[in-house]
Amino acid sequence: MKKLIALTINQKKYELAVNPGMSLLDLLREELNLMGAKEGCGIGECGACTVLLDGKAVSSCVMLAVEADGCEITTIEGLETEDGMHPIQKAFVEHGAVQCGFCTPGMVLSAKGLLDKNPNPSEQEIRTAISGNLCRCTGYQKIVEAIKSVSERK
Amino acid sequence: MEKYSTINSRAPRIDAPDKATGAARFINDFNMPGQLYGAMLQSPLAHARILNIDTSKAKKLPGVKAVITAKEAGSVKYGVSPARYDETVFCVDKVRHIGDEIAMVAATDKKTALEAVSLIDVEYEELPALLSMDDAMREGAPLVHDEYKGNICAEVHQEFGDVEKALSECDIIVSNKFENKMQDCAFIEPQGCLACFDHRGYLNLYTSTQVPHYVQRSVAMVLGLPIGKVRVVKFYVGGGFGAKLAANSMELGSCLLSKITGKPVKMNYTREQVFLYSRGRHKFVHNMTTGVKKDGTIVALKHDCLLEGGAYSSYGIATIYYAGSLLGGPYKLKNMKYDALRVFTNKPACGAQRGHGGVVARAAWEQQLDKIARELGMDPLEFRLKNMMENGDTSCNELYMSSLGMRECIESVRDKSGWQEKKGKMPKGKGIGMACGFFVSGAGFPIYRSDTYHSTATVKLSEDGGTAHLYTASAEIGQGSDMTFAMITAETLGIPLSSVRVSSGDTDFGIDLGAYSSRQTLMTGHAVRNAAEDAKRQVLKVLSDELKIAIEDMDIRDGMIVFKQGEMNFSTIRRRYLQEHRGWKNMPDNEPLTFSEAARTAFLAKGIIYGKGKYKPRWLGGTYKGAAVGTSPAYGCSAQIVELSVDMETGVVTIDRMTDAHDCGLAINKTSVEGQIQGSLMMGLGEAMFEEVKYDDRGKILNPNFGEYKIPTALDMPNVTPIIIESNEPYGPYGAKEVGEGAIMPTIPAILNALYDATGIRFNELPLTPERVYMALKKAGKNK
Repeated sequence: MKKLIALTINQKKYELAVNPGMSLLDLLREELNLMGAKEGCGIGECGACTVLLDGKAVSSCVMLAVEADGCEITTIEGLETEDGMHPIQKAFVEHGAVQCGFCTPGMVLSAKGLLDKNPNPSEQEIRTAISGNLCRCTGYQKIVEAIKSVSERK
Repeated sequence: MEKYSTINSRAPRIDAPDKATGAARFINDFNMPGQLYGAMLQSPLAHARILNIDTSKAKKLPGVKAVITAKEAGSVKYGVSPARYDETVFCVDKVRHIGDEIAMVAATDKKTALEAVSLIDVEYEELPALLSMDDAMREGAPLVHDEYKGNICAEVHQEFGDVEKALSECDIIVSNKFENKMQDCAFIEPQGCLACFDHRGYLNLYTSTQVPHYVQRSVAMVLGLPIGKVRVVKFYVGGGFGAKLAANSMELGSCLLSKITGKPVKMNYTREQVFLYSRGRHKFVHNMTTGVKKDGTIVALKHDCLLEGGAYSSYGIATIYYAGSLLGGPYKLKNMKYDALRVFTNKPACGAQRGHGGVVARAAWEQQLDKIARELGMDPLEFRLKNMMENGDTSCNELYMSSLGMRECIESVRDKSGWQEKKGKMPKGKGIGMACGFFVSGAGFPIYRSDTYHSTATVKLSEDGGTAHLYTASAEIGQGSDMTFAMITAETLGIPLSSVRVSSGDTDFGIDLGAYSSRQTLMTGHAVRNAAEDAKRQVLKVLSDELKIAIEDMDIRDGMIVFKQGEMNFSTIRRRYLQEHRGWKNMPDNEPLTFSEAARTAFLAKGIIYGKGKYKPRWLGGTYKGAAVGTSPAYGCSAQIVELSVDMETGVVTIDRMTDAHDCGLAINKTSVEGQIQGSLMMGLGEAMFEEVKYDDRGKILNPNFGEYKIPTALDMPNVTPIIIESNEPYGPYGAKEVGEGAIMPTIPAILNALYDATGIRFNELPLTPERVYMALKKAGKNK
């Protein structure tokens, strides 16, 4: 039996009938065609599926879609506005923080989750905030520099 | 004026905006109408004979469209090196490791496919599992493959100079054993594919691979299709690091299922399946004896090595050679002996992980060199400088260093890290260490014996002249090759980067051997430059005819035609161009003749302008058996200094700082070069500190997930000071050579040498877990 949920995704309201066993990640990818969140492990360990749930970075692969009932979700697709890329996205591009790009959406959202709460984080706070987002390409340094540059800009 | 207008800069990558906004598409982001979902049955046993496979229940499950085993897939053998083809799509008579592929199902949805897999009954006769090299080499041990007696997959014996004689003349001789553990490539995007036969029997295989060309050949060979009927395309790939370097059962099985069902078939590995397919770092056991003279001259290296390769050959024949040949430099060494065996065991196959074959050998040897320097009472850095090869030197195993900025690398890490102030003066519990290394810029020969071009490229100018479109079959896997080639195209044509488009990773675009052995920048870079030069020549030839001016008197710069002899009357061309674009904005007005106008003129005279380029290395053979592995058109090199802290009570080691200098010839994109350095160091740090694929006593992987197989997080990685050394490689495009793998070479030994500096203990086994370090500290009475 499907269950009816109401939630906001990227500022758009949805009412959806979902299978109770469906993960939030599958809802986003398979039902709503929002492909920005990736599946790297399926068990909440790599962070590639990170989305913001009421402003907090969560692993959407280990969360049921029904648990998001009534919540506000931001995916990577929700960050760009008519003015262009979000400052964090621009900083990732400018600082060479993107290599293969598979972890990037989750990484950007973890950074946003941090900066929205703490606009001037220390390097240690930045590293802690993205420590649940694994990256095998960059060595993290340019990612940290990108996030730092956004906080300094403010 | 800058020498270059596009390359050698820090231009942001062309693929970065799509990747930062989530618009970039990876294999699992694609779906096709009517697609079926694949799932595989993999062996639960490490070694067993297959007595019977019953797929009848699975076939009857509603939603299942096809179930295939070796009966349907056949027993065509494939693999990496044609001399050692030892894989079949599905196990024929026995399974050789847990995870070995037995059957595949295509069904209307994932859940049904998985359920069908659980309904396949296999009857096994379990055989003794060989889970260590000792087990596999024991007299009378069962064979993993009947064709390989004694479970020896490959054997290498090489000697350069006369090692015994040289050792007898040495003043100091040091010997020790060193070993690592199997490592997983641990890219974040699991392999996936989508195979689709069309109604005319043409196959499109979309897959997450580093080597579209080799996958195309394997698929064509195994399915019995002409190459022209198989197209392999990769989209963005979420890292590879060596594991995505050959066709796998999932790809081949999906193609077969698509053929049988007439539908597209999609499948992705789970993270556990990534571990079960493996192709990560081998386990190496090195025994090395090094002899030096009193004055610090390195004279001889006697080296033997055992490689545990798992159940299949994969890249192992190259790995075993690289483990020896990559010690031929960067030091002057006249006598080197290498004896090695690669051994089959009942574990997933090991392959060509970043730093292929050379990483552990380098770790073992550079630690030994550190030990020798201390015995000599020399600064390890000065000891290395004393023995360093120079530009133009050839190693005892015939590796020619056409450019080698090794000395500059060492001197710059010394100066940037403050080595001289810190060495020998680190406070208690802290240490500093250094090491060097080098790596190929592409293998001198393809994997199959052939005179094939290693890369071809096409630059097509749009009919309005405004855009240059590069087509290359090369593989952007995150390293930034698309950007590198866009920059080379723009530089060569003399147009802005914004006027260049890149389409890559598709076998329809030509031949490219792919992203391995750090070959893309040098090899594909040559083909791309060649193609852009050809397009430029064609444009200038038409201009030359039209304006009656010699080609040599013209050039293209920043998108404008430069007439070297002063002003030219090109009003006919401009008038025609403006006429063709009535009502358009941003048309050329008072400016010089634009590239767009020139290229449009060329189109009107000749039709579409295609610049063609190709590359294969000059003959690099060497004169001895195995010389093909290690030869390269050019070598990158690096030096590294690591500072660390040890908690003497718990054995926890923290890497505080890393300084790395890498000679990449000329940095096409400086930011990308730094990114490769930082990423390489991270992979080396992971292998040194905690990465280990662990097995139980039945051959099952205990940690096939990121929770228990630890890769470095942002909290484990210190900041790295990357230093770019540019030696201008004569055989590289614009002087460029590798950086993708060379930078990992010194990382592990620099950590080991720093750990010795901190503790006075030499560690000869990886990884440096707190437990291992604590036990050693305790044994030495230093754990307080």
